[in-house]
Amino acid sequence: MWWKILTGLLISIVVITIFLMPPPQKELGEVSRIFFFHVPVAWVTVLAFLFAMINSILYLSKKDPRYDIQAAVSSKLGFLFAILATLSGAIFAKSAWGSYWNWDPRETSIFILLLIYGAYLALRSAIEAEDRKANLSAVYSILAFITVPFLVFVVPRVFQSLHPADSVINSRIKIQIPFPVLSIFLCSLLGFSLLFIWIYKLEVKIILLDKKKHS
Amino acid sequence: MGMKSSTWTSRVSALFLKDFKSELRTRYSLNALIMFAVVTLTAISFSVGMFSLNSKVKASLFWIVIFFSAMSGLAQVFIKEEESKTSTILKLVASAETIFAGKLLYNLILLFFLELIVVPLFIVMLGFSILNYWLFFSVLILGSLGLVCATTIIAAIVAKASVKGALFAVLSFPILLPLLVTLINVTNLASEGASFSHGLRDLQVLFSYAVVMFVASFLLFDFVWEE
Amino acid sequence: MISLEVKDLSKSFGYRKVFEGINFSIQSGKSLVITGKNGSGKTTLLKILAGFLRPSKGVVIISLDGQIRKKEDKRKLLGFVAPDLFLYDELTALENLEFLVQVQGLGFNKSELNKKLEEMGLRGRKDDLVSTYSSGMKQRLKYVFALLNNPQILLLDEPGSNLDEPGLLLLDKIIEEQKKRGILVLATNDQRETKHGDEILNLDEQSFSVIP
Repeated sequence: MWWKILTGLLISIVVITIFLMPPPQKELGEVSRIFFFHVPVAWVTVLAFLFAMINSILYLSKKDPRYDIQAAVSSKLGFLFAILATLSGAIFAKSAWGSYWNWDPRETSIFILLLIYGAYLALRSAIEAEDRKANLSAVYSILAFITVPFLVFVVPRVFQSLHPADSVINSRIKIQIPFPVLSIFLCSLLGFSLLFIWIYKLEVKIILLDKKKHS
Repeated sequence: MGMKSSTWTSRVSALFLKDFKSELRTRYSLNALIMFAVVTLTAISFSVGMFSLNSKVKASLFWIVIFFSAMSGLAQVFIKEEESKTSTILKLVASAETIFAGKLLYNLILLFFLELIVVPLFIVMLGFSILNYWLFFSVLILGSLGLVCATTIIAAIVAKASVKGALFAVLSFPILLPLLVTLINVTNLASEGASFSHGLRDLQVLFSYAVVMFVASFLLFDFVWEE
Repeated sequence: MISLEVKDLSKSFGYRKVFEGINFSIQSGKSLVITGKNGSGKTTLLKILAGFLRPSKGVVIISLDGQIRKKEDKRKLLGFVAPDLFLYDELTALENLEFLVQVQGLGFNKSELNKKLEEMGLRGRKDDLVSTYSSGMKQRLKYVFALLNNPQILLLDEPGSNLDEPGLLLLDKIIEEQKKRGILVLATNDQRETKHGDEILNLDEQSFSVIP
């Protein structure tokens, strides 16, 4: 319970301060405020992916339908957050680099994550039988996850990076990001992660109760 | 498990020989495969016309044609067992591992056959020139292995879905993307005559992809096949 | 001496429960008849016994001479015939058998297979595609397949379906021989077939009774 209040507080603080404090990156101006939103949301997409994969492995080893529900919920949420991350990224890209889409490695990766989530959900909707649905989507989730290291390794080699993160984090993170900016960013990161977990737990509970009612 | 290797190979070969015999009689996948490749190649060649393409573009087109032809042809290997309901009898006579190995081999040979047709056509119709053919050859082999290892298990998954449609392409694409990107890159290198050692890093990626995909699908196949 | 034992077997497809708590044990020389309404799970139970459907709960134990058989060996001891067992339509009867024999690692040659086809009255049509077969002939071919390696446990689902009078006589012979060889399990509602059972498992009533 306490963490739900914390989540509410964190996100409120973040939303207010994002607009009250000066923009984090002077060169880019106002649009750099999106950094506080875009990066945490992208991070949650990855977190959701991890949740989905772990639940898939647990389902295949234990065959408890609860794990399948959890995997499905984290994928649905992941899909939603991936859309948000892609859109916020595109808005930023238009302002900062001139066009909405450039196939920069980060953009490409989030897009692929979006495709994977979409494929997973398409697979689930294409199967009627519950146990088959659970088995097959768990297998796909694991397969998709193991291609991620390849993506991370292969994609940046082929595409040049436009993302500021690669210049900020590689060489200058400790020095360049001032403390107030960093602290708001971390609050946002924590806030969104907790938000994800909150919605996730709620959704899982609803589905379990629904199933109980019907059986 | 614990079967002698000689009988294991004869069982696996029995499986894919059966698939070949079936395929030669029904021509399900072969037709789709070849038609798709020829039609896309013709369309590309026709629309490009006299315009000369750089080698990167040709490399991309090559792999796109292969990938999408594979999408139309490689899924059948499991779908036809489900549709003709012969998967029951297969389960009675062979273990999941044997079946997977047989289907994998069959898909691999089908893919090699497709490449046998597409490569010369590409060279002739689009002026695709390959300067370092050893590199290209290794790329073809490793790339095909990777493609088949990833798509065979997806074909098994799609076969069990009730609505098949474009599901195979939708599921395979995100998983094949790293493979596709690497293949285009190193084919471009081979086409421009880069040295073997230059392309070595990409070959390593292809090899590790094939290995990882093979191991993962081999382990996961049981969960897809067994009810 | 072969024995088949089933402990606390249950099967559900998602949330639909087909049956639960099935227990029985059969020894060599005995036959079990499984009866029940349509949808009571006769075919499902048979498929679980055959090993290609996993039970939701419980175990199927097959022991040969007191030693429990694991998956691979289990398969060699079983023969299975059912309406939803399909052979390859695009291959001939002989090609089907050759494939099924080779993939199991059984060493039958062409003439041995021809002889088996002859025993079931299919010799004349051995080189015809199975797609040209009538349902009765397909049923006979299924029996050739099931009996290939003289299975110690024969599982038959609706054994007489599609068979004509001569076919049914052949079936009677098969059943008699199976009883001498090992275990027979029949799933049926047909009175003519239930008479072959030493024991009856009724899935509707979940009752198990022995025929005197």
